[in-house]
Amino acid sequence: MTMKGQLAKGTFKITKLILRQDRFKIIVWLAGILFTTLATALAYPPLYKTDEDVQAIALTLQNPAMVAMLGPGYPPEDYNTAVIFGHEMLLFTVVAVAVMNILMVGKTMRQDEDEGRIELVRSLPVGRLAYLNAAALEVFLVNGLLALLTGFGLGALDISGMDWESSFLYGCVFGAFGLAFASVTALFAQLMETTRAATMFSFAFLIVAYIIRAAGDVSNEMVSMISPLGWAVRTEVFYSNDWRPVIFALVFAAAAGVLAFYLNNIRDMGTGFLPERKGRSRASRFLQTLPGFVVRLERTQIVSWGIGVFLLGASYGSIVNDLETYLQELDYLQDFLNADSGNSLLEQFLGLVLAILSLIGSVPTVIVLFKLKSEEQKNRMEPFYSRPVSRYRMMAAFFGTAVGVSVLMQAMAALGLWSALYATMEEPLAAVDLFRSAFVYLPALWALAGAAVLIIGFFPKAANLLWLYLVYCFFVLYLKDLLDLPEWLTRLSVFEHIPDTLKENIDWLSLTVLTAIAAVAAAAGDRLQAEGSGRLNIFRCAGSAGHRKGAGTICAGWEKGKLPGPYGFRAVSPFSYMKSLLDASQFTHGAGG
Amino acid sequence: MSMVEVKGLTKKFGNFTALDHVDLTIEEGEIYGFIGPNGAGKSTTIRIMLGMLKPTEGEVKIFGKDAWKDAVEIHKRVAYVPGDVNLWPNLTGGEVIDLLLKMRGRVDARKRDELLERFDLDPTKKCRTYSKGNRQKVALVAAFASDADLYILDEPTSGLDPLMERIFQECVREVRDAGKSVFLSSHILSEVEKLCEKVAIIRQGRIIDSGTLADLRHLTRNHMTVETKEPVHGLENLKGVHHLVMENLRISFQVDTEEMDGVIRHLSQFGIQKLECTPPTLEDLFLRHYEGSERSASGIGEE
Repeated sequence: MTMKGQLAKGTFKITKLILRQDRFKIIVWLAGILFTTLATALAYPPLYKTDEDVQAIALTLQNPAMVAMLGPGYPPEDYNTAVIFGHEMLLFTVVAVAVMNILMVGKTMRQDEDEGRIELVRSLPVGRLAYLNAAALEVFLVNGLLALLTGFGLGALDISGMDWESSFLYGCVFGAFGLAFASVTALFAQLMETTRAATMFSFAFLIVAYIIRAAGDVSNEMVSMISPLGWAVRTEVFYSNDWRPVIFALVFAAAAGVLAFYLNNIRDMGTGFLPERKGRSRASRFLQTLPGFVVRLERTQIVSWGIGVFLLGASYGSIVNDLETYLQELDYLQDFLNADSGNSLLEQFLGLVLAILSLIGSVPTVIVLFKLKSEEQKNRMEPFYSRPVSRYRMMAAFFGTAVGVSVLMQAMAALGLWSALYATMEEPLAAVDLFRSAFVYLPALWALAGAAVLIIGFFPKAANLLWLYLVYCFFVLYLKDLLDLPEWLTRLSVFEHIPDTLKENIDWLSLTVLTAIAAVAAAAGDRLQAEGSGRLNIFRCAGSAGHRKGAGTICAGWEKGKLPGPYGFRAVSPFSYMKSLLDASQFTHGAGG
Repeated sequence: MSMVEVKGLTKKFGNFTALDHVDLTIEEGEIYGFIGPNGAGKSTTIRIMLGMLKPTEGEVKIFGKDAWKDAVEIHKRVAYVPGDVNLWPNLTGGEVIDLLLKMRGRVDARKRDELLERFDLDPTKKCRTYSKGNRQKVALVAAFASDADLYILDEPTSGLDPLMERIFQECVREVRDAGKSVFLSSHILSEVEKLCEKVAIIRQGRIIDSGTLADLRHLTRNHMTVETKEPVHGLENLKGVHHLVMENLRISFQVDTEEMDGVIRHLSQFGIQKLECTPPTLEDLFLRHYEGSERSASGIGEE
């Protein structure tokens, strides 16, 4: 038997094994991307009923900030709902597809090797390339399926402007660029020595590709063409339907993939071509303190959330100017709002943006605290508790870090907003006002942190209820006006107790009460946590399996992506907000008149 | 024909030489011990034997076939247990065992169930809930339930309790009795001593000693404790006596195996009341090699 035929032996058996391992993740990803795509596609036509609506958004999309975020626009008169959908959704969804591929390939092509599973398989009569083949097959299957399902799905919706060809092009952009990012990750998996390094470099590649495209789309198209994401937006789906970038991406994927296979074949198992950077041999003085240790554990998490919140703030801020111009044209609305509250729409919008950003900032605040729970579950806190470090002190260090994180997040949100306002507006709001309005939300974040401590201390099994509560807060924030919710329901959200300082005075009483609640809850949780170790462990054993699943479904988006993902963004996108604001006021206006 | 033949095997990772001209031969029906400290090159040797790493120099033949080129053919007859077993977290132990057996060929359900019982392993639990010892049991059951000719075991008992270690030793002897060969890498010397006929000691990528246990023992000293009727004198002048400690009528010392005869003759003049002679443990062998190279490295000669 020749060696050639043997290299791939066992590929199908391993493919089945890998698919079985990843099936849940694959289904969730595919369903998520598909659902978001189809649901938004369906939501657009009723959103932009009149030509005026379409023109308004088309103009907004020409704004450089929008171009940097979403890709280059088309002549405003050529827009229809399908074109708006393509322009607004394509790039972000491609980024999501890239993230899926990076995580998937990072796992099958590097993590399974790092953890010795490939070693176990390779000691069996299977070919040297079988595992890699299987991983590649899985990637093909997932991306192919995504392309087909998206194409069929969009085509079947039968929305005007979305014919079968453009629908399939839309799907094929996902498939082809998914493969491209999968190949890049496969390449990094050969170059790097660990899963972490391989996925981190792949994500860095994605981010750099995005930034180059953004810079190029705003200034020079040639620069954009360096970045795969620059190709993706140039398919001009639903507008001119250019298939060439898809072919580009496939060729790119094939080239990178072949190189990855070649490198894998000549590489020793468990090694990478680039050596791992050496770490410090001694712990720094900062790390040797308990808070220093906690901050170090959460460093990546904190930094990425900080950047994410900043960018989100900046993206909201960048549309404010356009929004103001647009809204000024709608006289009746202007009259209505002015008469009603005496505040400019701009201030009202900013107030809401700050509320949204604060809600998002509360997520890392809670995540930081929940880390203690997961660290304890992994028995990694035992080395501390077996030394003279009490659970009380440990919890205090985590709580202190969470408080610090909450301040940081609010500062980043305000900074992001302010820098975008400063760049786009002639008379931006004073930075002091923005920062004050952001920091005024801190007591709400602290109350949530206190609740997190209480729940970890008292009933860790139910920790995910807190995420449910946060979802509820989001719900209230978005829909209270639209659904006309009764006050007792909206008052259940801590965020509703925060005064909007852009239009009212600071209500010190609410803030003090919230802070006090935070302190009491934190102290009680601390005590319970410190005393109840035995009982907690029982809860943990009983609850750990089921509860991990719960966490997965409720907050997968937040935990996985670290940065607010494209769907997170979508959900709080300025357009949908603006739209809901308009709808709400029209509704009320109509009813009143 | 030898089951395993390693000749002049050298492996370099960049500038670092992990293995330096390693030679090994394993015959049919032999349990071969491979001992050495952490980082000595045990796992690297095994991975080369399994065709997962490519040798820089030298020849590795298993069943007369090239370990790198004919890996798939060789693996049909090899069972392997890695030192650090990581399994697929969402499969059960039983599923993993079947899967690994299936990839090699047919599944012998009777043998599998028997081994599950002997190792006292619950196959219905997900692998993510297993402790290190239980994950190791999964790999051991999968290995011993397969019909292999060569068993390569890389520190297979590091997570097992003493009872399970005994079961493991039984299993190893059973396959040996069936005419199969076992290559056992370990740093647990007592285990190697109990099981292996032949051993090789590796340190910093070099084989510093190899042969049958009897051969190796021959080269070292026995520990003796003696009680006599009259005080012993003149022992310190005899050839091959070391570390002599005298407490009245009770003396203890070490003696080179080849000088044993003379020493016993000398002692018998003083009326031996009690005599204990302990053969050197593998640990002594190991430490002697270790001390030896330490001293030569620091320039202090022994004799």
